[in-house]
Amino acid sequence: MDIPFTTKARPDTGLYNAKLGIWLFLASEVMLFGAFFSAYILLRVGADPGTWAHGLMNVPIGTFNTFVLIASSVTVVMAWAALKSRNYSLYRNCMIITIMCALGFLVVKSFEYAEKFRHYEVWMKDGSRMTGHIDYDDGGVKKHAYFWSTKTLIKKKIESISFTSDDANQWAPGQYYPPMTKEQLEHVKKYADKGPQHHAVVTIKSADIQRLSAFVPAHSTFFAIYFTMTALHGVHVLGGAIVLSYFLFRGRKMWQTDPDRFINRIEVGGLFWHFVDLVWIFLFPIMYIL
Amino acid sequence: MQTAPHIDIQHGAHEQGHEDLGFWRTYIFSTDHKVIGIQYGVMALVFLFFGLMLMLAMRWQIAKPGEPIPFFGPTMAQIFGDVAAKGIMSPDLYNTFGAMHGTIMVFLAVVPLGFAAFGNYVVPLQIGAPDMAFPRVNMASFWAFFVGCVIMVASFFIPSGAAQFGWTSYSPGATTTPGDGQTYWLIGMIFLITSSLLGAVNFIVTIIQLRAPGMTWFRLPFFCWAQFVTAFLLLLAFPPLETAGVMQLMDKLLGTSFFLPTGLFVGGNPADISGGGSPLLWQHLFWFLGHPEVYVLILPAIGMVTEIIANSIRKPIWGYKSMVYALLVLGFLSFIVWAHHMYLTGMGTKISTFFQATTMIISIPSVILLTCLFISLWGGAMRFRTHTLFALAFLPMFGIGGLTGLPLGFNYSDILLHDSYYVIAHFHYVVAPGTIFGLFAGIYYWYPKMTGRKMNEALGRVHFWLSLVFMNLIFMPMFAQGMAGMSRRMSNGGASYASDDGVIGLTVEAIKSNTSISHAAFALALAQIPFIINFFWAMQKGEKVTSDNPWDSTTLEWQTPTPPPHGNFDKPIEIFRGPYEYSVPGHPVDFVPQNEPDKKN
Repeated sequence: MDIPFTTKARPDTGLYNAKLGIWLFLASEVMLFGAFFSAYILLRVGADPGTWAHGLMNVPIGTFNTFVLIASSVTVVMAWAALKSRNYSLYRNCMIITIMCALGFLVVKSFEYAEKFRHYEVWMKDGSRMTGHIDYDDGGVKKHAYFWSTKTLIKKKIESISFTSDDANQWAPGQYYPPMTKEQLEHVKKYADKGPQHHAVVTIKSADIQRLSAFVPAHSTFFAIYFTMTALHGVHVLGGAIVLSYFLFRGRKMWQTDPDRFINRIEVGGLFWHFVDLVWIFLFPIMYIL
Repeated sequence: MQTAPHIDIQHGAHEQGHEDLGFWRTYIFSTDHKVIGIQYGVMALVFLFFGLMLMLAMRWQIAKPGEPIPFFGPTMAQIFGDVAAKGIMSPDLYNTFGAMHGTIMVFLAVVPLGFAAFGNYVVPLQIGAPDMAFPRVNMASFWAFFVGCVIMVASFFIPSGAAQFGWTSYSPGATTTPGDGQTYWLIGMIFLITSSLLGAVNFIVTIIQLRAPGMTWFRLPFFCWAQFVTAFLLLLAFPPLETAGVMQLMDKLLGTSFFLPTGLFVGGNPADISGGGSPLLWQHLFWFLGHPEVYVLILPAIGMVTEIIANSIRKPIWGYKSMVYALLVLGFLSFIVWAHHMYLTGMGTKISTFFQATTMIISIPSVILLTCLFISLWGGAMRFRTHTLFALAFLPMFGIGGLTGLPLGFNYSDILLHDSYYVIAHFHYVVAPGTIFGLFAGIYYWYPKMTGRKMNEALGRVHFWLSLVFMNLIFMPMFAQGMAGMSRRMSNGGASYASDDGVIGLTVEAIKSNTSISHAAFALALAQIPFIINFFWAMQKGEKVTSDNPWDSTTLEWQTPTPPPHGNFDKPIEIFRGPYEYSVPGHPVDFVPQNEPDKKN
């Protein structure tokens, strides 16, 4: 028994089965991500003033990753076009670049994630807030704290933390918190109006902390939707890379026995890959820039 | 009539070199649409029974709050532990059963039976295709469904029990309720959604691509049209629920606040969360699926009923084309009515007004469908079989369900009726005596094609009449209860809200009818025994069919061998006419199969 139109297009629809299938699947994916984008809008519009964590993303890294994905979208088309002109080795090279781009994207993304997991916001009981990093002493070795939260302070009975603030300007004059040493105070004053990126190390008593959270999903609705959407997108990148790798490593046999069907497979895989790219094109501005 | 483009299908219908696949590949990990259809059907019937049992336990608790459940009480105490101590159902267990009754009936029973089982079995046959477009995806779809079912059932046996917060799982309640039941529910739902996504893609591609030569869109049997639109609803409406499910899972496991508002208190203490989320967001995303889901439940049943009525009245369906157009309009509109479930959430009067308007508009195509079927009956030469009776009973039952929905669609009257027993009665009229009667009709009708034997008529009639009577005895009084103010989801049947001296509450009549409804529910369960006996007995001992087309039908599934072999058709098939050419003047018999060539050719 053979299913008709697995390779040849049906005359009245002009499509072979898998091409229609992938378009329908992508329609469903549009609804999936569309619901996430709608949730993003609703959460952002509904956020209380000042609670939308804004401007905490690393824009140059995000831009780099955007270009990586766009490049991979180009090479996946070139891979398909190479097969159309019966050039298998060009196809193979383009596919290798595509998959390298995918993996590169994921590696960069994982470093970006790790960076967030040791970056903190602390809400003080007096109402002030600041962002920065926490270092702790582990048997004489200074270490970055990952994934700490208010619960960690209670559980580990930590009385005070050493907090490296991102930006001295976070303390407006007259609202210094907590009491700083003379040197720290001068440091802050010195750089107070020279822009960000000047760190100030302060010691904060746990008793003065209302809430402490790393930039993890639980930090705020912004990071919740950021991590959920980018992780889901990352899963799509990974899934696409696995499928494309399968075409790369196991494709030769089908290329020799049924080249038309193999070209169709690359086309269908490429369509999915473009979609994954397109989702990122939307994710990048709403998460990093807007 | 436009001529069909000539399409060259390489039918591999010659099955001489038919390789033997062995037991596992033939019956368990099969890619044959008919086997997968039957697998879905068996699973769905088991869950239909399971859902019925959960309902019986709840009905006992409503009628006799705090009394131990007879027969099954001790077993339940053993399985569920403290929440069913001494066989008495606790409110927690009642909530669990309520949530799981809804979930199981909707996602594990009725949709798999109507859409997946009958769709898989019948659609490729009716369009003249050798199988579904993607047989292996079809198998993956079934096994994703299977895993989802296993997770749902397993959640009953974890220490905290299954999900408790209704099939709608509203946040923040669903998120903050302690225990893992909700987590299992969400993970189970993600598998079920994956399954229905794969199924929906497969159905649409199959219907668009694999129609046999000559099967133009307006020669497509109405059942295929219904499945086609249903597949689109599943394809596009389910993903937002997946989104919502992922977000609720994040709330549950990683402490995010997608659906948890600022200033939330849990158990009297401020919750340790960031806040800033929106409970309304869950409801929007849920009902964006939830409303199209209602049509996913009903459309396959309408499709079956249409096939069966056309076959039983021996004349063409009146207004086939207008039914198709109504169906398409219905499918489109079903995406923009969802917030009529949310009038009481305070989303604003302007939005309520919009959704009230679309809700009223969507009743038009529904009425067109029902009216066409009613008018079709006029002047029919009826052949009364059990499937005819179920199909006929579907019409008024679905009509009652639909018409009683109008007061709920108006936001003014919905304020009174919202979340009352009136709502329960309304949607059960649509789904229980509506859709499930349609499904029973389908089972009696297609049983001979699947097994080569007919089900017993006498037992079928006992099953039908008792079911019809008891269904109405259950759900009709609920309208009155709801209008008397009885709220749904009360584990004691409203006893604590009864009128007392000087206190206005539920009337004595409203509470008393709990008992009679429960008796009717137990009777309904007993009325299914003839069906169960019939179903198994007929497999071995039922009357053998003497032809491949025992009901003298026109559609293609009856032009195959019985049961159809792998690859379905033993000869290349071409279609020459519409689906319902019954009693054509001048024709020797009163039906003309779709693949019978015109005489002049």
